[in-house]
Amino acid sequence: MRNIGIIFRRELAAYFATPVAYVFIVIFLVLAGAFTFYLGNFYERGQADLDPFFGFHPWLYLFLVPAISMRLWAEERKSGSIELLMTLPVTQGQAVVGKFLAAWTFCAIALGLTFPIWITVNYLGQPDNGVILAAYVGSLLMAGAFLAIGACISATTRNQVIAFILTVVICFGFLLSGFPLVLDLFQGWAPLWFTDAIAQLSFMTHFSTLSRGVLDLRAVVYFGLVIGFWLTANAIVLDLRKAD
Amino acid sequence: MIETERLTKRYGNLLAVDNLSFSVSQGQVLGFLGPNGAGKSTTMKMLSGFLTPTEGVARICGFDIEKEPVKAKREIGYLPEGAPTYGEMTPTAFLDFIADIRDLRGAQKRRRLDEVISRLHLEPVLLQSIDTLSKGYKRRVGLAQAIIHDPRVLILDEPTDGLDPNQKHEVRSLISEMAADKIIIISTHILEEVHAVCDRAIIIAHGRILADETPAGLEARSPRHNAVTLRLGDTEAAEAGSALESLPGVVSVETHADGGMTVLPADGAELLPAVGRLALERGWDVQELQVESGQLDEVFRQITSADVGQEART
Ligand SMILES: Nc1ncnc2c1ncn2[C@@H]1O[C@H](COP(=O)(O)OP(=O)(O)O)[C@@H](O)[C@H]1O
Ligand SMILES: [Mg+2]
Repeated sequence: MRNIGIIFRRELAAYFATPVAYVFIVIFLVLAGAFTFYLGNFYERGQADLDPFFGFHPWLYLFLVPAISMRLWAEERKSGSIELLMTLPVTQGQAVVGKFLAAWTFCAIALGLTFPIWITVNYLGQPDNGVILAAYVGSLLMAGAFLAIGACISATTRNQVIAFILTVVICFGFLLSGFPLVLDLFQGWAPLWFTDAIAQLSFMTHFSTLSRGVLDLRAVVYFGLVIGFWLTANAIVLDLRKAD
Repeated sequence: MIETERLTKRYGNLLAVDNLSFSVSQGQVLGFLGPNGAGKSTTMKMLSGFLTPTEGVARICGFDIEKEPVKAKREIGYLPEGAPTYGEMTPTAFLDFIADIRDLRGAQKRRRLDEVISRLHLEPVLLQSIDTLSKGYKRRVGLAQAIIHDPRVLILDEPTDGLDPNQKHEVRSLISEMAADKIIIISTHILEEVHAVCDRAIIIAHGRILADETPAGLEARSPRHNAVTLRLGDTEAAEAGSALESLPGVVSVETHADGGMTVLPADGAELLPAVGRLALERGWDVQELQVESGQLDEVFRQITSADVGQEART
């Protein structure tokens, strides 16, 4: 635990050591605001909720989260510091979890900074703050799932651009797997349980449950499992390809 | 104690390290010598637990680096080739991070940090990001990181690479100071370094051990070992040369441009007494007289070029 904490702190400080973090946060906030107010017709709807705000999160994350995760391991490979980290008395699991938690905390900070939107909606009307809280939790969990995928992909390469593109593609697959676009491919010929299973894998399905205000345990467990799966894969990839 | 048994590493079908078995005990400073691409770094990466050996085992203070990696790594201070660090950090933040990971706490942590910082003269750059430091400072930050927990085993991959002569000297004296109660392995292709700090040298080429001796033992393999160099004042050089050549045990006499001569022995035989007697008998005006210990670089070239190419064994 102590080692995870030490790695976590170093990583989190590394985000803020360069302007990249601030640029990222600004872009995130601007896009989140633009999507909500212009595309989501926040005012025109005349409803006191944050549906338009959360509705765009999956698409925002699709491009922004891989931008955070791409450097996690690829940069360590590129600079050679992976050799230092892997010869310190820490396990691969500790390194993987410490780095992941730092990236996730960074996402949480960015997400937390959207609070003015919550204040706005409370000022304009009487929203159900329970729903909003559940949606924030869901959004954070989904960001964690994207990050875990990105961390694992980042460990496979020393090239951050490749890590970014591969992560976007895989995350896109996870997002879309609940949409007719993908499901129609299977409907009609594949057994129903299979189509259902594909739909069940979708980030969208579980996120929309949470963002409707239902703190559904299955959705929470689902994101937990996705994160656990990809972080385990991350540790395995590191073990197999320490040097390059 | 470091032990390796048949340590082997393949990259695809390139055999980078081939069946290396050796052991090093406390108090020894082992120099890994070899041309570029010999497998020095690969061996050190396996010893430090970064690379998994294709075959064979390495034990550090009794811990198998594959089976008990964390325990083994606690005993090791490792400077990887090129001294990689986290460039965006300052030396202060970086060393603090390493000290935490090395489980140093409280007053002891403070003391160790102060000690390595002053020992490696890092004071002027403590608050500057490592990316912006000169090569010499980067290397010293890497060294500080490796010794901060006062490890029993130090593995240093080309510790003086890129340093200026003064810095090289500093690092060598640092290594010599720490040598008594540690096991130190350094890799280098600078031969004078072996002479300066090592008490044992392993020459490797194409991943195999070609020689394992003391630096003095290696020097004794040189054709110049025990050769005598002398310079005579007003004596006729040609005449002296032929007189020296006819001494027993002499193979040949080289004449230098500055008027000096080197008498080369057969099989490292001792020539000094005979040369001295001859000079006395003939009444030569000897201005300079010196016994050579042999040149390491000659031996190195001789050993590594005799090794057949790797093609046959990949
Ligand atoms: N990651 C790698 N992949 C493939 N070949 C490698 C890798 N690292 C080193 N090699 C090869 O292994 C051999 C030994 O390299 P190395 O241990 O770095 O030598 P040295 O440190 O003695 O110069 C070289 O031929 C080198 O090209
Ligand atoms: Mg090397």
